[in-house]
Amino acid sequence: MKPNSYQAISVTGLIKRYDEVVAVNDISFQIGSGELFGFLGPNGAGKTTTINLLTGLARLDAGTINIDGIDCTSNPKAAQHLVGIVPDESNLYPELTGFENLSFCAALYGIRKRERQTRARELLDTFGLADAANRKFSGYSKGMKRKLTFAAGIIHQPPILFLDEPTTGIDVASARQVRQIIAELHRKGTTVFLTTHYIEEAERLCERIAFIVQGKIVQTDRTENLLQPVKGKNVLILSVSNSGTTLPEAMASAFHQYQFQSVTQGQIRVESTEPVSVGPLVRFLEERGIQVTEARRHLPSLEDVFVQVTGIEAGLMLKEKEKAGGGGNQ
Amino acid sequence: MRRWIAFWSILLKDMRSYYLKPPNVSWGIIFPLAWTGMFFIRSGSGLESVLALLPGVMTISILFGTTSMLAVTITFEKRSRSFERLLLAPISLEILMLAKTSGAILFGVVNAFVPIMIAAFLADLSGIAWSMVIPTIVLIGIASTFVGLFIAVSVSEVFEAQTFSNFFRFPMIFLCGLFFPIMSLPVFIRPLSYIFPVTYGVDILHGAVNGEHIMPFTLDFLILGAFCIILFVLSLRNIKRRWIV
Repeated sequence: MKPNSYQAISVTGLIKRYDEVVAVNDISFQIGSGELFGFLGPNGAGKTTTINLLTGLARLDAGTINIDGIDCTSNPKAAQHLVGIVPDESNLYPELTGFENLSFCAALYGIRKRERQTRARELLDTFGLADAANRKFSGYSKGMKRKLTFAAGIIHQPPILFLDEPTTGIDVASARQVRQIIAELHRKGTTVFLTTHYIEEAERLCERIAFIVQGKIVQTDRTENLLQPVKGKNVLILSVSNSGTTLPEAMASAFHQYQFQSVTQGQIRVESTEPVSVGPLVRFLEERGIQVTEARRHLPSLEDVFVQVTGIEAGLMLKEKEKAGGGGNQ
Repeated sequence: MRRWIAFWSILLKDMRSYYLKPPNVSWGIIFPLAWTGMFFIRSGSGLESVLALLPGVMTISILFGTTSMLAVTITFEKRSRSFERLLLAPISLEILMLAKTSGAILFGVVNAFVPIMIAAFLADLSGIAWSMVIPTIVLIGIASTFVGLFIAVSVSEVFEAQTFSNFFRFPMIFLCGLFFPIMSLPVFIRPLSYIFPVTYGVDILHGAVNGEHIMPFTLDFLILGAFCIILFVLSLRNIKRRWIV
């Protein structure tokens, strides 16, 4: 669904400090009704703090928050009936079963017994948890916990949904299922605010993305606009036995049509608007005693844009993904 | 209507998850039994002392029952982040905290009736002014629960809440006139008795059960009610200040 001009979320000059640390530093953005908006940044960038501010779990130091036309700046409770939240950690009740947890969460939104039971059963089916409906939440696997937490966030069918790293730390199949559900919710018109540090996930799902680094939004644009600078570019990643610090410069002086960059130790990125010929590059390196172990074509993606805009190395984001575990970005 | 569905669901969940668990039910029975037995034996008197001990044992049962449970239902849920679910629900903080504390109040009230039932077998309870006793039990339950709530929202860990509770609970046993008349305390300690809400509740109970009380009932009720409101307001303030940062 295309976002319309009506602003579901409008934030201006949001600031949040924790003692000396400025967690959110004067950020502003608007999200149209029915839009899927991505908030992309490394761990500690201020993504969760922003969600906490928007949902009333944290107090803002400055700025204004407007949700669905309701000014929530001084009264965060005012729009809570309109929003659903899937937090970054599963926080349901371990002593309750999956079914009881969903029914209880629905009751918190004033949904009557029969309706909440029907919705709980439907969601358990949707998330493939029907067989575990009567099992205690404490006995669920990590992926199951994450899925039930997601289901609890949408049990009251909120028009606005905040998703905080919804696929972090879960297996590939569960992550794929969660992404399909996000896409389906979006198709049905739900406004989605998605925070993630999985760049591919944001690229795949979001219509518009904001890059946030150290509490500041460094760029916001539609996904296709963000991808514009890397469109039509050819990228080759060469894995070499010994790259050395001066090798990219040496290669650049020999191949003027290409741009060279040392990505990590032993990896050189070759970029060009023309197709990159592998043969001459390999010969050039071998003549200098450097062995090429792999030459891999790379499809330029949002990750390249992110690296370009934020200056954060792709390797750092990769490490974070590994730390998070699971197959969230598969 | 919607907010009452939420209120009732929170109360029901807490009753099932915490208060109606076999260990708590048995504790709710054994604890007053142990206190009744202990003071009965210690007093060395006959069955006529049952009525003299009853107000103190009722109060202590409520006090320990409510404050111990709050440490778990509030502090534990805050620790495990499930309390955030409640904070995100579209109900006011006042309704939310009333729902969270109602279970403890009911638990305290039920605990108070254990010594009453025991006493019914040992003494003649026909002279007791029940119209005074029952609202006082409820008010002591509310005040004790809010003391527990105040403690629970002032700390981060369950063990801290339990330890901190004892700083209030044990002095209250000796200072609030539960088993020893306030007038028998040293003069310089006596003012301390009046900073605890329980003192006023026990005074009404002594009056309603044995006909002996220090202050007018109306004043006792007013002060006890004021304590309930102040403790609740302070707890809400603490939640807003410490948990929504």
